[in-house]
Amino acid sequence: MDFRHTTRRAVLAGGVALAASTVARPLHAQSPQVLTRPIPSTGEQIPAMGLGTWITFNVGNDPVLRDECAAVMAAFFEHGGRMIDSSPMYGSSQPVIGHGLQKLGAPPVFSAEKVWTSSGEDGPEQMEQSRRYWGVPRFDLMQVHNLLAWQDHLKTLRAMKEAGQVRYVGITTSEGRRHDLFEEIMRSETLDFVQLTYNIVDREVEQRLLPLARDRGMAVIVNRPFQQGYLTRQLEGEKLPDWAGEIGANTWAQFILKFILSHPAVTVAIPATTRVDHVRENVAAAIGPLPDEAMRQRMAAYVEEL
Amino acid sequence: MSEWWSYRLSDFLLFSPRTYWRLFELHNEALWPLPLVTLALGLAALALALLRARHHGKLIAFVLAILWAFVGWSFLWQRYATINWAAVYIAPVFALEALLLALLAGARDGLTVDQPGFRRMAAMALIALGLGYPLLAPLFGRPWQGAEVFGTAPDPTAIATLGFALLAGGGRAMLLCLVPLLWCAASGVTLWAMDDAQAWVLFASAALSIAALTAVIWTAFHRPIRTAGLRQKGPV
Ligand SMILES: NC(=O)c1ccc[n+]([C@@H]2O[C@H](COP(=O)([O-])OP(=O)(O)OC[C@H]3O[C@@H](n4cnc5c(N)ncnc54)[C@H](OP(=O)(O)O)[C@@H]3O)[C@@H](O)[C@H]2O)c1
Repeated sequence: MDFRHTTRRAVLAGGVALAASTVARPLHAQSPQVLTRPIPSTGEQIPAMGLGTWITFNVGNDPVLRDECAAVMAAFFEHGGRMIDSSPMYGSSQPVIGHGLQKLGAPPVFSAEKVWTSSGEDGPEQMEQSRRYWGVPRFDLMQVHNLLAWQDHLKTLRAMKEAGQVRYVGITTSEGRRHDLFEEIMRSETLDFVQLTYNIVDREVEQRLLPLARDRGMAVIVNRPFQQGYLTRQLEGEKLPDWAGEIGANTWAQFILKFILSHPAVTVAIPATTRVDHVRENVAAAIGPLPDEAMRQRMAAYVEEL
Repeated sequence: MSEWWSYRLSDFLLFSPRTYWRLFELHNEALWPLPLVTLALGLAALALALLRARHHGKLIAFVLAILWAFVGWSFLWQRYATINWAAVYIAPVFALEALLLALLAGARDGLTVDQPGFRRMAAMALIALGLGYPLLAPLFGRPWQGAEVFGTAPDPTAIATLGFALLAGGGRAMLLCLVPLLWCAASGVTLWAMDDAQAWVLFASAALSIAALTAVIWTAFHRPIRTAGLRQKGPV
């Protein structure tokens, strides 16, 4: 088991290095390193800023918008991002990612997908369809979306992982839904990843789920960092405190992302965006200093006051 | 789904407003100049209704049947479904409406104009709105290229159909109103979730249609009395 893991990782690392040399190297060489975090179950390092695709990448066959998404992906990889998250629930996001990956010449993506069907039997077919849309040989991570039919899907995913058809397995939720069940599954199952909502306003997961993820050695993906844009829109007119400069946050978006990444249990945050300048800004939040505990308290208190 | 109450309406919106409105730009571009033809067909249907031309009821129902089938296939199935998987399930409902209209076109009267007073005014307003729908694009700050046109886009087609059905009145009209009403509600809710004020156009159309339908039902129940009254005036 261990041996197989190491081999797979070595192969992947080789693949990543090869792809990086064709796509991301020129900019990588100049730009400072994006923070990486280890995936606890294997120790593999992963850049802490990812990219979500809910709504933003569901652009159908629109050629202009498809190319805009590809441009967002290009900027994401150029600046050192790696994980892209999607789901069969997200309309055309999967083929749009596939279009981007093809256009960019197979960049070093960490593919995070989901299985989202109430029937365990339909899972494998759906995952295979998703794989075809992305155009990748296999997914790095497959998550059970919103715990839908989680028992059946986890069984399938475990078998797929054994057979080398997927590298990591996880579960997702968002906005505090079904946290009791989520916790129960985290306690009873062996998972590589969990995905949940966490940001400077929605902090419930700090109580139980984030510490549990650390205890159980599970990587944490943070979704909805900007409350689907609501948070960034609310803060738009507010003045960023002068001391934000101390942690290298130049915008509210970076302020929020740095808060998220500074939690020791967090592995990757996955903000979604339609804009190249925003994706740059977001990835840049994973470069440079992060707040310490005292600063985190100050940040949260400041936002609460507004 | 458990904890469904924790979801907001916008949680069900799968796409951004920009992507949605661009669908119509792409649709018009792909079909051009067909939107002009379908709009002309709508105007012709209105002219037939106003003139109460011979067989106008059959002709109007026939034109609408073709356009519902076309919108269901070309817009819902081929275009909207690319960003909203639910459209796949709605397209057959458009086909059903087309079928009902086709059956009606084959019937004796089709959509023969037969409504006085408020219902006629409401119906005319709905038809005018449906045919004048392209004007909403610039009114709501969007480019002409993305105008929603009767016969190629679902909202104006549904609204004008409500008008033509109400103009005919009777039980058949009520049956024909069901799908366009449901569509107005669904599309209105979608625009509402998108925070778009145009949602009100759909809600208002549905409300006006329901008011007019209520009037149709009211009349149906009171018909014996009115008919008796009319008869008295006739040559006895
Ligand atoms: N249950 C689940 O599994 C689940 C649930 C929810 C989300 N997710 C995943 O998590 C991802 C992220 O969540 P989300 O997309 O719902 O919401 P989000 O990332 O919190 O917010 C996305 C919004 O933030 C805006 N934004 C992004 N970067 C910005 C910046 N630098 N400055 C200002 N605004 C910015 C974007 O607008 P612009 O386009 O203008 O940048 C977009 O409208 C999803 O895409 C999805 O992959 C999973």
